[in-house]
Amino acid sequence: MKLITAIVKPYRLDEVKNALQELGVHGLTVSEASGYGRQRGHTEVYRGAEYQVDLVPKVRIEVVVEDADAEAVIDAVVKAAHTGKIGDGKVWALPVDTVVRVRTGERGPDAL
Amino acid sequence: MPLAAATADTGDTAWLLAATALVLLMTPGLALFYGGMVRTKSVLNMLMMSFVSIALVTVVWLAAGYSLAFGEDAAGGLIGGLDHAGMSGLGPDSVQGTVPTLLFATFQLTFAIVTAALVSGAVADRAKFGAWLVFVPVWALLVYVPVAHWVWGPGGWILERLGALDFAGGLPVEIVSGASGLALCLVLGPRMGFKKDAMRPHNLPMVMLGAGLLWFGWFGFNAGSALGANGLAAAAFLNTLAAGCTGLLGWLFVEQKRDGHPTTLGAASGAVAGLVAITPSCGSVSLLGALVVGLAAGVVCSYAVSWKFKLNYDDSLDVVGVHLVGGVVGTLLIGVFAVESMTGGAEGLLYGGGLGQLGKQLVAVVVVAVYAFGVTYGIARLIDATMGLRASEEQEQTGLDLTVHAETAYDHGVLGHGAPVSSSVVPHAQKVTPQA
Repeated sequence: MKLITAIVKPYRLDEVKNALQELGVHGLTVSEASGYGRQRGHTEVYRGAEYQVDLVPKVRIEVVVEDADAEAVIDAVVKAAHTGKIGDGKVWALPVDTVVRVRTGERGPDAL
Repeated sequence: MPLAAATADTGDTAWLLAATALVLLMTPGLALFYGGMVRTKSVLNMLMMSFVSIALVTVVWLAAGYSLAFGEDAAGGLIGGLDHAGMSGLGPDSVQGTVPTLLFATFQLTFAIVTAALVSGAVADRAKFGAWLVFVPVWALLVYVPVAHWVWGPGGWILERLGALDFAGGLPVEIVSGASGLALCLVLGPRMGFKKDAMRPHNLPMVMLGAGLLWFGWFGFNAGSALGANGLAAAAFLNTLAAGCTGLLGWLFVEQKRDGHPTTLGAASGAVAGLVAITPSCGSVSLLGALVVGLAAGVVCSYAVSWKFKLNYDDSLDVVGVHLVGGVVGTLLIGVFAVESMTGGAEGLLYGGGLGQLGKQLVAVVVVAVYAFGVTYGIARLIDATMGLRASEEQEQTGLDLTVHAETAYDHGVLGHGAPVSSSVVPHAQKVTPQA
């Protein structure tokens, strides 16, 4: 199994969610995140004083899938989150040892 | 006493009752204006400094402040006597002009309150709350009250002897609060992280709401200062609206040119700057004058707020840049735009009055600014040397809301429908002790 984590622009969340649903992904976790990549945030102006805001608001989407589905899921997320502008985000995958469904105690792919 | 025989005019009294309530609303409005501009961790403390000023100044004013400011002159135009201390000798039948004396005293009280609250913008985020409780009454008696007497008191040297004009409080309110704020923040020192950390306003809609309430109350402030429901009040009312508008536009124009963005904080600040400047002049200048006064203040103040970064004093919420500078602009421009039809005598430079009035205005500005700065500096040093003026490093870092008031303004970033993750009810006997 693989844990796929995507950091994307908040307004692309619905697109990514829809794309994952179409692929048949059963569940996902979304959390608010902030950070920066190469673009290094943005500038705000208050009474003429400029402030560099490093950390930009993002959403983190996490989903655990079977190994065979991982590439398709990554592709779907990238396609849905892509705007072509700076700050579109990152997607990465990690191996997962164990998954347990809390309600039933099922383990492994059955728990997904 | 001939005044006791007079009866109050009901129309004038009705208007001044309303105006007094309007001016009192300015202080909660100011609390929101300032509260939105500080960081989340100290917003309650900022609100409290305004609200507690209402209570402190009211007590001091009723005890002695009114009498010292508006009682019969006792010392060559410098201070009033103590004949009316504790409001003695004043009852429902006492009349001042065409309104009850008790109403006049309350109207003037609301000015003293908002002036004290204005000063708090210079000390945001780092002043000891206990020190503020001591500072306000002492400052009101030693700084606000004498200047109010000079300008408006019977026999006061600025209006009656010098002949400088100040309709609604450019000198005792705007210049005094600005100069006092400067003195206080110099003694206090800059906030931790000044010029390094971004100290962004935490809630701009709150700033806009506060600015709106201030503007609303300002009609009572300026038009109420006519002390009657009459044409002069109407002219002051319209001038107040006009100058607030051109102040707002002037500030936005500078921002667009300088930074490339017209901001909400700029719009709120520009309106306030225009209102500050028209305060002294609303009863002296024509409508054209009011438009120019507001515009000048909007433009000049939007540049003046950056002085603190260049000169290295942390006037947190720009009391100096907006109130001192705006007050000076408005008070001086009376010498340029005063029209005889409004003042009943004095004329400004533009209307053939020569440099005379401008000179008088300049003297008043300099004396009041130097007096307010000097005495406030002395009070602040004294408090600092005895009980301490500045909150501890830990309090400042954690935020004054939690450490001083044992409250927080918002439940941000908590799980479980707004309740803190590990919250539990503290048993009755177990009291929460604030740090320090």
